[in-house]
Amino acid sequence: MQQILDQYNTVTENQVKTWFKVGSVSDFPENGGACIKYKTRQIAVYNFTRKNKWYACQNLCPHKMEMVLSRGMIGDLNSVPKVACPMHKKTFSLEDGSNLNGEDYKIAVYPVKIEKENVYIGFSD
Amino acid sequence: MKRVIVVGNGMVGYKFCEKFVAKSERENYELLVFGEEPRPAYDRVHLSEYFSGKTANDLSLATMNWYESNGIILKTSELISEINPKNKQVITYRNQVYEYDYLVLATGSSAFVPPIKGVDKKGVFVYRTIEDLEAIKSYALKIKQQGSTEAAVLGGGLLGLEAAKAVKDLGLKTHVVEFAPRLMPRQLDEGASNMLQQTIEGFDLGVHLGKQTNLIAGNGAIESMEFSDGTSLKTDILVISAGIRPRDELAVAAGLKVGHRGGVEVNNRMQTSDGYIYAIGEVALYNNGIYGLVAPGYEMAEVAVEHILGGNKLMSEEIDMSTQLKLIGTEVASFGDPFIENDEVVAIVYENKLSGIYKRINVSKDKTRLLGGILVGDSSDYNTLFQLYINCMKLPENPEDLILGSRGKGGSALGSVLDLPDTAQICSCESVSKRAICCSITEGDCSSLKDVIKETKATTGCGGCKPMVVDLVNETLKSLGQEIKETICEHFAFNRQELYDLIKINKIKNYDEALNMFGKGDGCEICKPVLASVFAGIYMETANKQVTIQDSNDRFLANIQRNGTYSVVPRVPGGEITPQQLMAIGRVAEKYDLYTKITGGQRIDLFGAQLHELPLIWKELMEVGLESGHAYAKSLRTVKSCVGSTWCRYGMHESVSFAIKIENRYKGLRSPHKLKGGVSGCIRECAEARGKDFGIIAVEGGWNLYVCGNGGATPKHAILLAEQLDEETCIKYLDRFLMYYIKTAAPLMRTAPWLEKLDGGIEYLKKVIIEDSLGIAHDLETEMQGLVNKYECEWKQAIEDPEIMKRFRHFVNSDDTDDTIEFVSMREQKMPRPW
Repeated sequence: MQQILDQYNTVTENQVKTWFKVGSVSDFPENGGACIKYKTRQIAVYNFTRKNKWYACQNLCPHKMEMVLSRGMIGDLNSVPKVACPMHKKTFSLEDGSNLNGEDYKIAVYPVKIEKENVYIGFSD
Repeated sequence: MKRVIVVGNGMVGYKFCEKFVAKSERENYELLVFGEEPRPAYDRVHLSEYFSGKTANDLSLATMNWYESNGIILKTSELISEINPKNKQVITYRNQVYEYDYLVLATGSSAFVPPIKGVDKKGVFVYRTIEDLEAIKSYALKIKQQGSTEAAVLGGGLLGLEAAKAVKDLGLKTHVVEFAPRLMPRQLDEGASNMLQQTIEGFDLGVHLGKQTNLIAGNGAIESMEFSDGTSLKTDILVISAGIRPRDELAVAAGLKVGHRGGVEVNNRMQTSDGYIYAIGEVALYNNGIYGLVAPGYEMAEVAVEHILGGNKLMSEEIDMSTQLKLIGTEVASFGDPFIENDEVVAIVYENKLSGIYKRINVSKDKTRLLGGILVGDSSDYNTLFQLYINCMKLPENPEDLILGSRGKGGSALGSVLDLPDTAQICSCESVSKRAICCSITEGDCSSLKDVIKETKATTGCGGCKPMVVDLVNETLKSLGQEIKETICEHFAFNRQELYDLIKINKIKNYDEALNMFGKGDGCEICKPVLASVFAGIYMETANKQVTIQDSNDRFLANIQRNGTYSVVPRVPGGEITPQQLMAIGRVAEKYDLYTKITGGQRIDLFGAQLHELPLIWKELMEVGLESGHAYAKSLRTVKSCVGSTWCRYGMHESVSFAIKIENRYKGLRSPHKLKGGVSGCIRECAEARGKDFGIIAVEGGWNLYVCGNGGATPKHAILLAEQLDEETCIKYLDRFLMYYIKTAAPLMRTAPWLEKLDGGIEYLKKVIIEDSLGIAHDLETEMQGLVNKYECEWKQAIEDPEIMKRFRHFVNSDDTDDTIEFVSMREQKMPRPW
């Protein structure tokens, strides 16, 4: 399982080599998430309409290694945008991927940009 | 820099470290700890919970990290083999030598194994460490596979009974063997022991008293125990829990003074006969006694820390041996002197054989002081009684009121917890006084129970004082004019009932509007489902309406399971299903390779469906008229039924028809928690209706309606609300009851705890539902009828709407399916690969 997890590393905007088109804005639910595929990776994408921002992170919950984070509920904790895993409600910051319950698990996050109603995720490969 | 060495890393050794690092003087000291077990200290008091699913991690008191970040060197799996007091050295089993300035012995005790012939046979265990428990568990598993299922526990004391429960939970037929003529001989009198025995036997545990074991017989492995009275007991495994022996070998070898029955003698500063060596916990012999409880051990740790670092706190003269515990499904407690009997003392005893309750209090003849007591079967008065005893408080005019409980008025014999003296010790494990708890709020920064626990450490030992700490915190906050309110989360400063009213009166239609008007921030996984439930309770909207505020299961209209796949549960009202429907379910299960199981609630559960398969599966199920069973939702799950008068030779009324009618009436009804019902055709109660949120039982002259029963972790029998109703009245009352619950309960609060919190309890509920004391009965009925009329199957909605169907694709940008899901096979079906 470690191998699967190792595929996911946080990408910052200045590391982006590929802006990968994953669909149009209307393909994604408002204030919720959906999953996209990039090579062998699964990425959860969130259209956080209330914050007027988009976020992306690994779809893999690092707690039990299941591909489910895109099905989690989003919200905020003291203004930090977060997602709650549907399996056991572990919550992660969508800004830096840190666990907000004070546990060690962390997730990788990716930059998102919107151009002409199209959604792009930034990858470093 | 001076060095303190601690030998032993159990609960008391750990407490020493914790108290030590809290002192500023510690800067001048290096702290070095040796533990022989492979892991840092863990909570031995709750050891048996290891069997009921807790892990070693859950029981852990502190992590390796904790020691490191507090500058303590902890050496686990490291045995000390010798102390040399002359050179102030300890020597490890690897012959490494460490010098100390002060040495603390916290080596605890080991299980006492009586010198019985054959005690070294295979299958004989002691009950002391996590390793012991693991060994018992794996041996039990082994013998069970061979068809051997008899177990015995030697020792009917505190720990013995706990061990018995643990062994029973492993699925073995268990017997308790005790040498004394009664159970828990050090805590209970004969009456209490009898009551406890009766209760324990009721749980299918054998109890054998007054038995002296002469021989453990068997060919290599244990086969039976033989007693001095000529009788014997066949058993395949034996767990010995016959008391403890202080681990004083090191001290003896080093020439320290020990008691003639063991234990290192200490003074009231915890010093042994060598002034630089201290002993604390179960290895220490203080005032001629060994104390196997956490509280005195912790106090000893504190005294030793104080004294080493220059303080002058002394150990209490008298050690309080009060204990309270939950045992094998019943409660047992004793406090003060439980047995005291002389001319100055009167014992007041209350005994109820029907409910298995025995209470005894020892009161001074002038009725002013409480000296001790025993509680079996119901220890809810323990905290109050213990405070009265420990603080020498004045008793009420009729001391018997203390144990006869709330006759009529109710209320605590103490009045308000705030009436306790400031010095009252609330948490004896951590010696936290009432003053410390209240001041942490009035003069410190604490503003919640969580803060207070963090600050004072109260409740973190045995946990018995928790209810009183909760009361103290709440009352103190109230006295400061702070409103104690359960708000939903950081986004809404209201409780569920208030939000329900706000949304209804202001005709709010969606979550964002509610958040903008009554909340702040962007919401979260706590408030979103609560509001979703409120919207459903007012407008009967299905989970398809506001998708992203639904809990994950509601969003996908199925239960997410261990590997991220889903299970599908069609509704089968009353458990009645046509052969055609059965075959359709079978076909679907076969086609999509689903693991298939009958549930406890008369449904068929189909597991292992992937997200994209859900609509395909539902399409086929709907063709034979099956609907969503809402097994994923906080809503009506099932109305279980027996066969009733249609087929059963005892059946009085038609329970199946009535169950179907009721299930169809309330199907899809969203509520604060899941709802279950049951209808039985006669008092034999085959539908187990009284374990449900509402239960209906046929009697001569109509139906009896019971409410607020729950299964689950804290099961409650439903209570009679009304008798001999006709169907129409029964439904009318149910409408009122369910609607009232939906409007007023807290999030995720089932009906039993809701009723418990309802001021006035069942009598009040009867007034509201039957006598319409609030004048809302008509409104409740109308609202319910409105919801009933609006029912729609949400799966039907989903399949007919291409926009909703988009939800069930795994990837937005690809038609691929999730290739990370793995199954393994089991009994010709499948299950997710283990975690």
